[in-house]
Amino acid sequence: MKKGNIILLSILAVLVLLVFNACGSYNNMNEKRTVTEGAWAKVQSAYQRRLDLIPNLVATVKGAANFEQKTLTDVIEARAKASSIQVDPDKLTPENIKKFQGAQGELSQALGRLMVVSEQYPQLRATQNFSELQSQIEGTENRIKVERDNFNDAVTSYNVYIKNFPQVIYSGMFGFEKKGFFEADAAAAKAPEVKF
Amino acid sequence: MKHKILFIIGFCFFASNLFAKDIPPITNPPIFVNDYANALQAQERAALEQKLYDYFKQTSTQIVIVIEQSLEGDDAFGYSQKLAQSWGIGEKDKKNGLLIYVALAERKMRIQVGYGLEGAMTDAISKRIIDGILKPNFKEQNYYNGFNEATDAIIKTIAGEGFTNDRKAKSKGFPWGLIMVVVIVLISVFSKGGRGGRRGGGGGIAEALLWGTLASGGFSGRGSSGGSGESGFGGFGGGGFGGGGAGGDW
Repeated sequence: MKKGNIILLSILAVLVLLVFNACGSYNNMNEKRTVTEGAWAKVQSAYQRRLDLIPNLVATVKGAANFEQKTLTDVIEARAKASSIQVDPDKLTPENIKKFQGAQGELSQALGRLMVVSEQYPQLRATQNFSELQSQIEGTENRIKVERDNFNDAVTSYNVYIKNFPQVIYSGMFGFEKKGFFEADAAAAKAPEVKF
Repeated sequence: MKHKILFIIGFCFFASNLFAKDIPPITNPPIFVNDYANALQAQERAALEQKLYDYFKQTSTQIVIVIEQSLEGDDAFGYSQKLAQSWGIGEKDKKNGLLIYVALAERKMRIQVGYGLEGAMTDAISKRIIDGILKPNFKEQNYYNGFNEATDAIIKTIAGEGFTNDRKAKSKGFPWGLIMVVVIVLISVFSKGGRGGRRGGGGGIAEALLWGTLASGGFSGRGSSGGSGESGFGGFGGGGFGGGGAGGDW
């Protein structure tokens, strides 16, 4: 009888410890997930800032005498495509991030080309409006870089944490999945070179 | 899978070390004008330091100048962003730091703007200050003029953000510490007078109170703000740079 009690008590104690442990892990995983979601919101707003600048840029460039049409339409199309792909903070899977990055990467390239082509239009570059737009776009690319790095750091910390012991036991149970991050691929990581 | 992870970690390590220049440690005590390249004369440096210190005391906004000889192959934006962030320029809750970075050998400059100042100090305005003020002055090697006029322009621009220095407001408040000391002294004088020859008692308690107040820093507000003009401003510790600002060369 007494021996039975002791065994029962120790099983109970182990169970209680496990539950506490699970709670602690859950809280930490949840916190790290929230951080990645916050960082993602900042990434998206940085990209959104760029999307918002483009209509203004297109309008300014259109004003220049016979600006090369193809470059302009490329930018407009890439912008439409990029703005159609948004990723919800709770769906940050590697596939979704990759799609997002791909669309934004195409826009980066189209924008880069536009900037290069604009060098053939000195009267356009001389306008105050164009040079300010250029500095805004450059600043936006820098913000994107910073927020992407912050997001990647947050995701790396989260991904490592959920795969560590003992969280790895609970992470699947509670639905904490590995999240995607930005990869430094040649196309998208290369911000358009804006020369002054 | 394991290989992939190892590869990624290795790559990150490699990539971040390839051109990364080390961030210099913060001068102790921290100063606003960090001229590692001796581009400024001693009195020019002191004048700028005084100006930025006074401005900080008024507004709590930290405008920091860093002049270096070379970027050593690092990228101007990435390096100055990292520097501003790791030094933690600006106050933590306000994120009101601003860095003017200059590398002489590469003739490159950056203005990095903290989140809290981005509203007034837009990228376009940063660019205008670089092209319109810094560039022409630096071309003639008038570094002091460039920094002096640029900081004037920046101060004028960010006046719109309306930061005030709370710390200063506190220490300039009603001098409670002083009043308390006066009251205690009065009590001790009166209690001594009233009790005639008997010493100790009330006087002892009042005196203990007086010294206790002094020792526990009843004057702390006055004491800390009485520091001599230039050195030490409590240091950095904020950060909050999101990539705002602009760059250029001359």
